[in-house]
Amino acid sequence: MEPAEIIQHSGGAIGAAWLMIALPLVGAAVLLLGGRRTDKFGHLLGVLMAVASFVVAALSFAQLLGFAPGERRRGIELYEFIPGLAKVGLLVDPLSISFCLLITFVGSLIHIYSIGYMAHDPNRRRFFAYLNLFVAAMLLLVLADNYVALFVGWEGVGLASYLLIGFWQHKPSAATAAKKAFIVNRVGDFGLLLGIFTIFATFHTLAFSDVLGNASKASSGTLTAIGLLLLVGACGKSAQLPLQSWLLDAMEGPTPVSALIHAATMVTAGVYLIVRSGPIFQGAETAQLVVTIVGVATLLAGAIIGTAKDDIKKALAGSTMSQIGYMVLAAGVGPVGYAFAIAHLITHGFFKADMFLGAGSVMHAMNDEVDMRKYGALRKVMPLTFWTFLIGYLAIIGFPLLSGYFTKDGIIEVAMEHNAILGWLAVIGAGITGFYMSRLVFMTFFGAKRWEPTAHPHESPAVMTVPLIVLSIGAIVLGWFLIMGNRFMTFLAPAVGAPEEMPAFHPFSVPGLATLALVAIGAAYAWMKYGRAEVPAVAPRGSFLTTFARRDLYGDALNEALFMRPGQWLTRLAVFFDNRGVDGLVNGLAAGIGGTSGRLRRVQTGFVRSYALSIFLGAAVLAGAWLVVGNL
Amino acid sequence: MPWLSTLMGVSVLGALGVTLVRNDKLAKQFTLVVSLIVLALTVAMAVQFSPNGDKFQFAETYDWIPAFGVHYGVAVDGIALVLILLSAILVPIVVLASWHDAEAGKRSVRTYFSLLLVLEAMMIGVFAATDVFLFYVFFEAMLIPMYFMIGSYGGAQRSYAAVKFLLYSLFGGLLMLVAVIALYSIAGKGTFMFPDLVGTIQDVTTQKWLFLGFFIAFAIKAPLWPFHTWLPDAAAQAPAGAAVLLVGVLDKVGTYGMLRFCLELFPDAAKFFTPLVITLSVIGIVYGAIVAIGQTDMKRLIAYTSVSHFGFIAMGVFAMTTSAGAGATLYMVNHGFSTGALFLIAGFLIYRRGSQFIADYGGVQKVAPVLAGTFLVAGLSSLSLPGLSTFVSEFMVLTGTYQRYVVPAVIATVGVILAAIYILWMYQRMMNGPTAESVKSLPDLNAREKWVVAPLVALLLVFGFYPKPLLDVINPAVKDTLSSVSVTDPQPAVPVAQEGQ
Repeated sequence: MEPAEIIQHSGGAIGAAWLMIALPLVGAAVLLLGGRRTDKFGHLLGVLMAVASFVVAALSFAQLLGFAPGERRRGIELYEFIPGLAKVGLLVDPLSISFCLLITFVGSLIHIYSIGYMAHDPNRRRFFAYLNLFVAAMLLLVLADNYVALFVGWEGVGLASYLLIGFWQHKPSAATAAKKAFIVNRVGDFGLLLGIFTIFATFHTLAFSDVLGNASKASSGTLTAIGLLLLVGACGKSAQLPLQSWLLDAMEGPTPVSALIHAATMVTAGVYLIVRSGPIFQGAETAQLVVTIVGVATLLAGAIIGTAKDDIKKALAGSTMSQIGYMVLAAGVGPVGYAFAIAHLITHGFFKADMFLGAGSVMHAMNDEVDMRKYGALRKVMPLTFWTFLIGYLAIIGFPLLSGYFTKDGIIEVAMEHNAILGWLAVIGAGITGFYMSRLVFMTFFGAKRWEPTAHPHESPAVMTVPLIVLSIGAIVLGWFLIMGNRFMTFLAPAVGAPEEMPAFHPFSVPGLATLALVAIGAAYAWMKYGRAEVPAVAPRGSFLTTFARRDLYGDALNEALFMRPGQWLTRLAVFFDNRGVDGLVNGLAAGIGGTSGRLRRVQTGFVRSYALSIFLGAAVLAGAWLVVGNL
Repeated sequence: MPWLSTLMGVSVLGALGVTLVRNDKLAKQFTLVVSLIVLALTVAMAVQFSPNGDKFQFAETYDWIPAFGVHYGVAVDGIALVLILLSAILVPIVVLASWHDAEAGKRSVRTYFSLLLVLEAMMIGVFAATDVFLFYVFFEAMLIPMYFMIGSYGGAQRSYAAVKFLLYSLFGGLLMLVAVIALYSIAGKGTFMFPDLVGTIQDVTTQKWLFLGFFIAFAIKAPLWPFHTWLPDAAAQAPAGAAVLLVGVLDKVGTYGMLRFCLELFPDAAKFFTPLVITLSVIGIVYGAIVAIGQTDMKRLIAYTSVSHFGFIAMGVFAMTTSAGAGATLYMVNHGFSTGALFLIAGFLIYRRGSQFIADYGGVQKVAPVLAGTFLVAGLSSLSLPGLSTFVSEFMVLTGTYQRYVVPAVIATVGVILAAIYILWMYQRMMNGPTAESVKSLPDLNAREKWVVAPLVALLLVFGFYPKPLLDVINPAVKDTLSSVSVTDPQPAVPVAQEGQ
């Protein structure tokens, strides 16, 4: 089934969809320009704007459901952005509205949670301003009806991410992490920009409707080039290999930021880009193959990194990389995978935000300690945090009937159909997930207390635990709701297309059972090492494999050796060359004509003399040039 | 109404008036009022400009030296109009920003402000001139006020920088003078009027020589790699306000000249030299950015970023597509706002701390959040962040260049990554981290300084989301220029039924 036509729309909630973006943008502007005067109510305004944006999204969704499935792609014209290049409009369709609901709903919960989490920060207002800015940019990214506006949102979320990672600017590590995230993302944007240029050179338009509707007319070489370039962009934003290195450092930001931006929403933008540009990838087999390889490589790499981290947030960050790898894998498979990719994106948004916020709750109770070797036995003192975290954990490892079971299993099935090697690698990834997530839960909530003497853990206030409860409910039911009866695939079909035959759900397929078995083995192994056995306070040295994983598979070392150090040398060389080479040559020439370089410096004493020199010099040139021109 | 002469006349009379005022403070206020009047008049003129009307509007032509066919001829098309608008916007901002800049030395404060207004008249004149000889006169005369502003009011090495600036510019100017005279005599029309000279030089070899005469002058002025070495010295030594006008406006005369004179007067030569110019531009983009990363002095760093940005502009001019040409023109305007903001805020910092060296700062964000915040916005505009106007122009230049020259466009796009490095690294070293002892008592922006920065930030934001008013004026002028060079945009591989996109 092909995607449906876009119908021009006005009126109703969908006609006012621009409010979704405008409301949080106004919130950000008021809080940033208002300065200290808005300190008192800044957090409340921020929450209000996020919730209002959610209300518009929900109303738009309701209106959209009122249309027949083939008429659920509604285009809204806004204004002419760059005359001759692009108008700006919004595209409200099943794909974009799914994102809008996720962003505004999870976003609102995280705004509310942050009231409590950031309560003692003197710059809480600024924090909410940046969060609002992020929500606005992210919504522009998914609602834009063309590639330029998408790019504006794309870099907008990058800016918000930069500001929030570096929110505690006085910490040099935070400032460095923020800069690194922006620069690595710019490497991705380099690819995305070139993809956009190629699209424009090929189609002379950047509107989704025109480009994607005519993609099949372009040569497969062109489509492959565009697809690979868009993939580079997706790798940057979604922390996929080889542009993954920024995400682990990004954990320097406050934990709600990690939950919202670096787990639930922004980092999934790459998946959105690939799914949205589906018709381009479907005409470019090589590009699709590369997408699936990147996905599988990252899902394994992220999982391996996750096994070796003692920092709870970094373990979760490795897990995020890995889970997005699953989504990218499914997106690379084509229309049959799109619904699973997005469904997993949504369920992951819930259970990962749940666990990040849970981790935040733990840190809040433990004097901002992130080392899991100093946790232990926390399930008794923070029961709400524990139970909600446990649900998120069971969801991510694919415990039967919870969210991840349905969505991740769907991805594994689809991948297996597509290519058995990729499928089995994804199964292995699930087994590793079972291990590292269990390790995390056992080290944090079970075993003996290994707390610092100053730690007096306590349950967090309701403003933080209620969002956890809501998210964990989503982590329980959403997978079943979306996948059973192909509900989500049917809903998404008008936007992204669908396979001729809807896949059936096989609860007892070979890969499904193998996945469950491997997850169980992984969890059992984790129990033996981190649940039952004592956890040493200092990490043991471990084998070279452990070191490999701890060092993020040497990603940073590689970047440093390949780019940073040669770059530093190049910079020094260029500066030296510029001072001595180019400038020296020109100074020398001037000195040769006008006397010595010493004289050049001495003429500084008087304007008249230097002017005289110049006129003399000029006259000589004049005479010479006149001879040349005169002889033509 | 003779709009353009009025604009220049008000500036010149204002400059004279300032010298007559006895009190320094009064002189400053007087200068500010005059520059605001010029701005108001410019805006009044701009709204009457009809984008799809005659190519040159508000034309005035009087004989000046009849024996040689030299005229006082002024008029504007869309390209000249937006650049005059840029100048008129920047001058009052610079006046306000320079309030105390001339007080440090022994030189007369009034002279400084008088020079600013003289310079404003010349900047308007140089963009408005439709007589090639008149253009040359303004092109050279502009040097004089700028020479004094750097040489008399600049930093410790001001004399060296001023002389270097003057020598480079005069050298280029004389080459151009030769070409102007040769153009006059070879064309044999007995006039220097630009519209009458277009299309008169048919012989390609002649075109090439004359092109070079003009081009080298413009390449030095812009400055294009490898003619750029005067700029970091001049910009680093000039007072912040003068640096803004130097890099923000005066240098634009170079790229403006390429677009107006090199392309239209010598179309065949322009096409012949395009590979060379595009190569120099791309080298400049990457080279300027890399050298900027390695700078330790913030004003020099900003100057080198401009070398990179001028590469983008020149590349856009010579890519000869509508998108690239219009983007390059818009780039000239946006770069004025962006670099203006960077230089001025850097100037505020230097005024407070007394050092241009990046290493002398650290953690300023904590003590002066508004200053740091606006500096970040200015920096983000330099790295062409979407949502700020500089993105629109850089995107247009690259999209348009890519249509015709894929490899240069790809290399130029590397500049996007390098820009993030030079800006964010500088920002981190100066504004983030623990607050350095020497900046602990640094005051935040005062009201006057906020009034300086606010309009620039507002312009960057407004034109970032809504560049249409500028592009509606620029697009027809660029299309007209390209049609007189007789080039058409490349056709798409897959024609799409356009729905107006």
